[in-house]
Amino acid sequence: MSQEKVVKTTTDIDSLRSEIRDKSVRVIDVRREEDYKKDHIPTAVNLPLANLLSDDSPERVQKLVNSMGIDDETSVVVYDDTFGALASRVAWTLEYLGHSDVSLLETTYGNWKSLGLEKDDVIPEIQKKEHSINLRPEILATSDYLESAKEKKGVILVDNRERLNYLEQHIPGAISLPYRTLASSDKILRPKEDMKRLLDNRGISGDSEIITYCGSVGTLSGLAYYALKSVGLPNAKLYVRSFKEWKSLSKPTEKQEDANYWDLSAE
Amino acid sequence: MASNLKQSRPKPKKGKINWARNQEADFFANTVKLYRQGKYDSDSFRRFRLQHGAYGTRLADDYAMVRIKLPAGEIYPNQIERISQLSEQFSIGSAHFSTRENIQLHWVVLEDVSEILRGLSEVGLTSREACGNTVRNVMCSPLSGVCPDEEFDATPYALATARFFLRNPMAQNLPRKFKFNFTCCEKHGMVRMVDVGLIPQTREQNGTTQKGFKIFLGGGLGNKSFVGHQLEEFTPEEDLLYTSIAVMRIFDRLGDRKNLARNRMRYLVNDMGWEKFQNLVLKERAIVRATQSVVTRLNVDDTPNEIKRPIRVSDESGSTTIDGYARWLKGNTFKQKQQGYYSVFVTLEAGDITSNQLHVLSELIQDFSSEGLARAGFSQNISLRYVHEDDLPYLYTKLLSAGLAKSGSLTMSAPIGCSGTTSCNLALTNSHRLAKEIQRKFLELKLDEDDDLRDSSIKISGCPNSCGQHGIATIGFFGGGGRVDKDMYPNYMMQLGGRSDGETMLGISCLRVPAKRVIPVILKIIDVFKENKKPDDDLKSWIHRVVNGIDDSKIKSVNDLKEILTPLTLPPSKTEDPDFYADYGSDTSYHTKTGKGECAA
Repeated sequence: MSQEKVVKTTTDIDSLRSEIRDKSVRVIDVRREEDYKKDHIPTAVNLPLANLLSDDSPERVQKLVNSMGIDDETSVVVYDDTFGALASRVAWTLEYLGHSDVSLLETTYGNWKSLGLEKDDVIPEIQKKEHSINLRPEILATSDYLESAKEKKGVILVDNRERLNYLEQHIPGAISLPYRTLASSDKILRPKEDMKRLLDNRGISGDSEIITYCGSVGTLSGLAYYALKSVGLPNAKLYVRSFKEWKSLSKPTEKQEDANYWDLSAE
Repeated sequence: MASNLKQSRPKPKKGKINWARNQEADFFANTVKLYRQGKYDSDSFRRFRLQHGAYGTRLADDYAMVRIKLPAGEIYPNQIERISQLSEQFSIGSAHFSTRENIQLHWVVLEDVSEILRGLSEVGLTSREACGNTVRNVMCSPLSGVCPDEEFDATPYALATARFFLRNPMAQNLPRKFKFNFTCCEKHGMVRMVDVGLIPQTREQNGTTQKGFKIFLGGGLGNKSFVGHQLEEFTPEEDLLYTSIAVMRIFDRLGDRKNLARNRMRYLVNDMGWEKFQNLVLKERAIVRATQSVVTRLNVDDTPNEIKRPIRVSDESGSTTIDGYARWLKGNTFKQKQQGYYSVFVTLEAGDITSNQLHVLSELIQDFSSEGLARAGFSQNISLRYVHEDDLPYLYTKLLSAGLAKSGSLTMSAPIGCSGTTSCNLALTNSHRLAKEIQRKFLELKLDEDDDLRDSSIKISGCPNSCGQHGIATIGFFGGGGRVDKDMYPNYMMQLGGRSDGETMLGISCLRVPAKRVIPVILKIIDVFKENKKPDDDLKSWIHRVVNGIDDSKIKSVNDLKEILTPLTLPPSKTEDPDFYADYGSDTSYHTKTGKGECAA
């Protein structure tokens, strides 16, 4: 048996259902509060992404985590109804705080419901817990870091916005890997072999340092972060403030010249 | 459980022919890697890439356009759904219907092409030999099988021909691309504008009806266009394959392999003279017939498609009084020879469709087409056939909510525009966007409802090569650059009177029209026509007389028309009207910039 710790990126539906029955998991629903109140996966607590983003400093995140009854040992599964992107951003934030046992539900809540699985409108009583802060700067890229790192050999910068956005403007040197590429028809991430082949074709493999970014708050690129993790790529970072910040800092950008490609997109 | 309450469709019909070979995806991926590692020179790689249906992209080496073949234009719901997904994942969230019954995905990262090939192969589609010097997609009229004027349905023959030549060693390294067009009747289709054009016909012999074709050879549109010649009075169906092989063997042997600009078969026919070429074909066919070591036949599957009106649980029927229904019905539907059934043509803007619209379309085919599949059209559109007349209003409301119910698909208000500067290396102008602008103007003025214009056409190419088929348009345009002192502006040569029916002729050059004056010039032509027309005239017949110098109104020739139009085309100064100097879809000054062609199409 391999001694290597298996990094779990997603949790499959059946495992989550049995963990819920065993009460061995904390489930986080990151949809809006009104949607959560209507119905959600039984025992799930609600942390709307917007709420987290209003202040995602480690101290605040620690408070939120404590209030959701999560300590360093709690197994956490996050889900959304936005193809896994919002859940990824929340999961990454927990990882950054130093929480190691966090994964994404393999599917969306919409799909969960269409499969006819259990749902609930009960808001659970939560016992507060104490989580430590053990920041993991190695999974975060700031604009300054990115600016110097992207010049280095072996660093791959990945833009996860749609292709048209990329053609129109992107960070120099970035390659385009639209978030839509990452999912399969019923899962938020492709099966491992499939994902590996796709990334391998694009030269995203081995020990390279890989930095993902998207439009504004690191959701689409958060999903890409987990896509990289799902195939065991060890050195992924999220540029969490993404292209919005990059532009506001007036850093250099690049575009595809000499073609009216946008005219190909039917309105 | 909730899911059981959802109304589910019966299983969609799937294609009978698997055009794909799934190992081609891996092979392509590996070859791209070798090429990137410098183990494959760029010329060989380009040939390989084109053979697999990946075309280069405008001034951007790292992107490709993947051209998916739809032999005979047939496409099934699961295939459309898959293309919807692939366009979202690997392209720009939209796909493009071409004039040759292909669907194109643009701005695909070269390294992702293999993923598209894989996705296509799972639903039986291929892009193999969609580009390159091979037999390109075998076309068939979208009305074959439903056209009241046809002798019989040519679709099975088109499919069999496509099947015979796909991956066939004899078609892998021709001097140049080679195209087959099957059609239903003289009126629909372009059999004289292609290497091999075929119209089904029958004859009575010894009391039995024999099937066969009228075959036209050596036509084609391009930098220089030629009208094809009819090989013989009647080619019986058993000679169809022998004739095709004979023609290709002659082309393979004698075609020009050096001069890229003149190596389509039409140049060979023209240089040699038709009679000589015709004799060669007939002799070669006798040899082919005599020397096949085994009986070589087309595998024609004549089993008719099952026609079964889809059953809906809900009884929503839509209303015939809903806004725009009558207009849509008039401009977008074709009454089939089968009692009670219509073919519905979906108008697209210059062939573009979003991934979401493709998804909707896939469902609508299942819900409305009694044959359970769709057919790509000749003019960058798609048709759902065998729609029961009682279902038309409801289909209209469904199309309307998907933004797919624009009027005028079968009229002059649906111009063709090639991809132009949106993705093509050779383009000089944004013909693609111009086609959309004309369409929007025509619909705004409700010209799609004008019976005088219905059978006319507007076709636009972004350069002198004829992907936009300008040569066979009633009013055709091809792009170039104009200049006032140092300042350049996008400009088009306008040609008039082209047609591709039984009286096929190429358009006659009239004058150069700046891009931003194209719409006023077209509208002016319509005005002049209205003033001078005879009571039974339509625009097409009137222009036909004008270009042939046989009209007796005050417009006697193209020159008379040119005189009237010239004032509209004079360039203003750049300070007066800076917009004149920018192409459609661009706010910066126009300049021409092109890359290397890989064979226009």
